[in-house]
Amino acid sequence: MSSLQELSEAVQRGDAAAASGATTALVGGDIGPADILNRALLPAMAVIGERFREREIFLPDVLLAARAMKAAMAVLEPLLLRDGVAKSGVVVLGTVRGDLHDIGKNLVSVMLQGAGYDVVDLGSDVDADAFIDAALDADAAVIGMSALLTTTMTEMAAVVRRIEERGLHDRLRTIVGGAPLSEAFAREIGADGFAPDATAAVERIRELVRR
Amino acid sequence: MKVSLARRLAAGVVVGDGGWGTMLAERGLPAGAPPELWTLQRPEILAEIARAYVDAGAELITTNTFGASPMRLSLHRLGDRFEEINRRGVEIVRAAVGDEVLVSASIGPTGRLLAPLGNADPAEVSRGFAEQARILVAAGADVLCIETMTDLEEATLAVRAARSISEEIAIIASMTFDITPRGPFTVMGVSVSQAAETLASAGATLVGSNCGAGVEEMRIVAKAFVEVATVPVAIQPNAGLPRRQDGVLVYPESPDRFAAAVAAMAATGVGLVGGCCGTTPAHIAALRRRIGR
Repeated sequence: MSSLQELSEAVQRGDAAAASGATTALVGGDIGPADILNRALLPAMAVIGERFREREIFLPDVLLAARAMKAAMAVLEPLLLRDGVAKSGVVVLGTVRGDLHDIGKNLVSVMLQGAGYDVVDLGSDVDADAFIDAALDADAAVIGMSALLTTTMTEMAAVVRRIEERGLHDRLRTIVGGAPLSEAFAREIGADGFAPDATAAVERIRELVRR
Repeated sequence: MKVSLARRLAAGVVVGDGGWGTMLAERGLPAGAPPELWTLQRPEILAEIARAYVDAGAELITTNTFGASPMRLSLHRLGDRFEEINRRGVEIVRAAVGDEVLVSASIGPTGRLLAPLGNADPAEVSRGFAEQARILVAAGADVLCIETMTDLEEATLAVRAARSISEEIAIIASMTFDITPRGPFTVMGVSVSQAAETLASAGATLVGSNCGAGVEEMRIVAKAFVEVATVPVAIQPNAGLPRRQDGVLVYPESPDRFAAAVAAMAATGVGLVGGCCGTTPAHIAALRRRIGR
């Protein structure tokens, strides 16, 4: 008999097969899919995020945990849909134009999906209008942008400016992240939010959606 | 007459150059364009920057080949210019600085995660580094500078590949660290002692660190390297993390503060010092004044 505890531990140690197996066993029992998500998977990823923030664990551990989370979600997702569990919102994500680094952005994507968001992932090298058009198409409230390079981080300012130019700032909020970024930089370019890591990204996006 | 890096290190502290990507951006490289594009389109700007660093007192000038591994170039659809970008990268600097200044050919990470964590095939990554190193050495590089690495396996593949091309060339192996409550680690979880030991045994003649959050953080990294390294240590910090003012990126560390902090690291046993993102010829000139000739 699998328990929520076992599932949470499987995700935290990055064991995708065990996470998938534990989820399959649990969905046959008395605990509803939303409870499995909220009481095992999300807390597991919150622990991973916190331990990564403190650098008790490193990127490989987080990526493996995210993979295990995805394996569990593959089992759970159809049941959540069937039960009509409300989505938290839609977020458009991408790495900005000219930048091909997607490891951090992918991590944010998994964390957001785990937190109940629909994510439209545009990949890397995404230009300003592509971000905005995708957000309008998907009725997203938030655009999340990633950049790893000092030569591409200024592109984030172009996206923020383009949103203003198109008169959409009351509809679209922006959040930025990536290694060379800081809260000060985010403020200076007029982004609505900054996240130093993937866990913080989920928290800030939750605040932005609520506004 | 050219004096080798090894002989310079034996004689005292060696001063390298500063940032390139940020210098190119300042001269109008469009946001997001690969810097290697200017090797093909604006070689005169690369030559001007190289000379400015020599005038500032740098003994070692970096080539514009950081992103010129086959994997990265093909992402930018420049894969068919791979040979030319690496060869010209060395030739442009050499022509600008003459024979007495050392040309340090930059090799950066692929930007991909190695399997099984990611989908980059280690054998292919290794072949790419070897091919890049072969062109750089044949074009006349004095030093190969493998830099901004965070994955020890990828860094080791690069050092081994470079060493397989030349038994005698100087190889700098440099990683980027974060400061954690337990000391410096790369984002992939590599400690300074692991990096120093593994990269030296793979064939690096200098080990160390570049990029990162700024000089304060780098002081901790430099101290850790000096304590454990069996080969000379190379340290090249950023001028802090950039802010944006009036549409341009501004780095917080002034040349004087940068130079004071880095010269202090040199005094504790670092062999090669220079700068990374946000540092300019003014930073290197200030550093040179403190180090002396």
